[in-house]
Amino acid sequence: MRVLTAIWEIFTNPAFYKLTLTAATPFIFASLGGVFSEITGVVNIALEGIMLMGAFVSIVFTSVTGNPWIGLLFAILVGLGMAWLHAWASIKWRGNQIVSGTALILLAQGVTGFLMEPIFGRPGQTDIVGKIPELRIPLFMKNEFLAQSIGELSPMIYIAFGCVALAWFIIYKTRLGLRMRAVGENPEAADTLGVNVYMIRYFGVLMSGIMASLGGAFLSVGEVGNFRELMTGGRGFIALAAMILGNWNPVGAMWASLLFGFSEAFANQLQSSSVLHVASSTKPLFNMFPFIVTLIVIAGFIGKTRSPAADGVPYEK
Amino acid sequence: MNNRLWAFLVPIISVIMALLISSVVILLIGQDPIVAYAALFKGAFGSKLAIASVIIKTTPLILTGLAVGFGFRAGLFNIGAEGQMVMGAMIATAFAINVAWMPAVLAIPLTMVVGMAAGAGYAAIAGVLKAKTGAHEVVTTIMLNWIAEYLSSYVVTVPMGVGFGTPKSPEIANSAKLPPLMTVQATELTSGIIVAVIAAVVIYIVLEKTTKGYELKGTGFNPYAAEYGGIKISQNIVLAMAISGALSGLAGTLEVMGVHHRFLGTLSGGKGFDGISIALIGQNNPIGIIFAALLMGSLRTGSNEMQFVGVPKHIILIVQAIIIFLVAADRIVRTILIRKKRVKAS
Repeated sequence: MRVLTAIWEIFTNPAFYKLTLTAATPFIFASLGGVFSEITGVVNIALEGIMLMGAFVSIVFTSVTGNPWIGLLFAILVGLGMAWLHAWASIKWRGNQIVSGTALILLAQGVTGFLMEPIFGRPGQTDIVGKIPELRIPLFMKNEFLAQSIGELSPMIYIAFGCVALAWFIIYKTRLGLRMRAVGENPEAADTLGVNVYMIRYFGVLMSGIMASLGGAFLSVGEVGNFRELMTGGRGFIALAAMILGNWNPVGAMWASLLFGFSEAFANQLQSSSVLHVASSTKPLFNMFPFIVTLIVIAGFIGKTRSPAADGVPYEK
Repeated sequence: MNNRLWAFLVPIISVIMALLISSVVILLIGQDPIVAYAALFKGAFGSKLAIASVIIKTTPLILTGLAVGFGFRAGLFNIGAEGQMVMGAMIATAFAINVAWMPAVLAIPLTMVVGMAAGAGYAAIAGVLKAKTGAHEVVTTIMLNWIAEYLSSYVVTVPMGVGFGTPKSPEIANSAKLPPLMTVQATELTSGIIVAVIAAVVIYIVLEKTTKGYELKGTGFNPYAAEYGGIKISQNIVLAMAISGALSGLAGTLEVMGVHHRFLGTLSGGKGFDGISIALIGQNNPIGIIFAALLMGSLRTGSNEMQFVGVPKHIILIVQAIIIFLVAADRIVRTILIRKKRVKAS
């Protein structure tokens, strides 16, 4: 009974919906990154690493310049750099894409941990250096429930949804998008028709770098204003699951991200519920929740979605 | 050049290049790479104690390297060695706490079997999901890693927890502790290293000399051809994941039996991920993996000494990342070598 009361309290609390959107945003960005890369046929498990770099770099440049938007800009540049490394290894050198992605994850963990002391003077986490202020929408402020749920949100949340629309438009409504899909399904045929397979794949991977680093930067400058070592905590992989569940479609990935955001926010709220009095030693069990949901979802849905035919296969002219 | 020579050269050149590139990174934070690498070397081989710690660190790394390498040979990327190690250690501890009445000849092998079974069972979840639904093992094993991480941090504080301060389980029974090979200044050099080397030899024999090993390699090399040849793919996927998980589980179990004598929660500390680098450097060859694990064990041990001269030990992660990157795109290394050869010839 107490559990039901706690759940009822969570669902009627407007702040829960804000938390859901906030938790979903990194997944939305990063899963869009996954979509961009994989529809051109390059598997990018480096999302987790690119996110971590994005989270770190945005904080570094926010602390240097005092402007979190400039931090965000540098996060995008570094995200592009990481993605370029992945593209270079997997397109030009036809390397194993999953192994190269793993290398980039380790690289991000190494570089961010390595630079903590030289830049911030201590390992672990940085001080709060500033974050992007929340955007207040006067229209929503009139109703108390709306005001507390979506009245004041980080502008990056709106940017995330904007990116979903943009990605959908590029992929399904432009010639470039058609070529991206063609290259991911059948690179030989696309090549025969004069499409530059390598160029299109570079584009897809680089876009994934921008998206993933935005997702990571949201965790730091978008949400809390500081950086913690390994703060992405497996979210890049949940984003990959969201991409699969969303059937490699930007809109589908968005809905899947919202589901995962919902489960993360729900687990967090449940363990801090005043009705339940969860002991701090039991809290790790609640933290398992989003990962269990992801695992079940992948197991239940994966047979029903279909990856691009040439996903993960290097193309040799 | 023939393939065997390439298999040998690519990882060695990758390691050298990784150390060179990392020395630039060390320069960038205003430290001297020569001082840093000298400290690294001294930290790993400078004393009897250092060498003993290298061997202690190498033991689980041989096993996680074998776990990942065995998976690779069967066409699976088991990135979940981390979680399987934790599950193996946790369940083996639960067993080993209660075996005081058993003689060591029974308690030691049984504890190992329990830990291996726990790792195998946990990895088999990902194997079954892949075989039944096609879920990629990279994503599922990562989810399982996090689940194991949180589960173990709960288990070590509540059901198993004893005492105050750092979460820990009670000590395992004396009969389940591995006898040390020798004791260097209060540090026990565990006999686990022997178990790990035996495991490498067994895996070598399974892969190279048995029909099952041939089937597993066939599944990894070309699943369609293997299926056409009458090999049951889905069965082999589950089996390969289970064997891989058993090796990781054994890695965690030996840490408990030989080093900590209790379960400390998240004991793996990246050893599962080190397994990936080790398998790649060892080119998925069990004997190569022993040497690669020794390399990684020395880097890990020596990196503590490097901290004292002002170089954060995260540099080892960067070294590893560059090695993996270069082995993934081994054509980079091959191209460099071929160019050098051409320059020499002309």
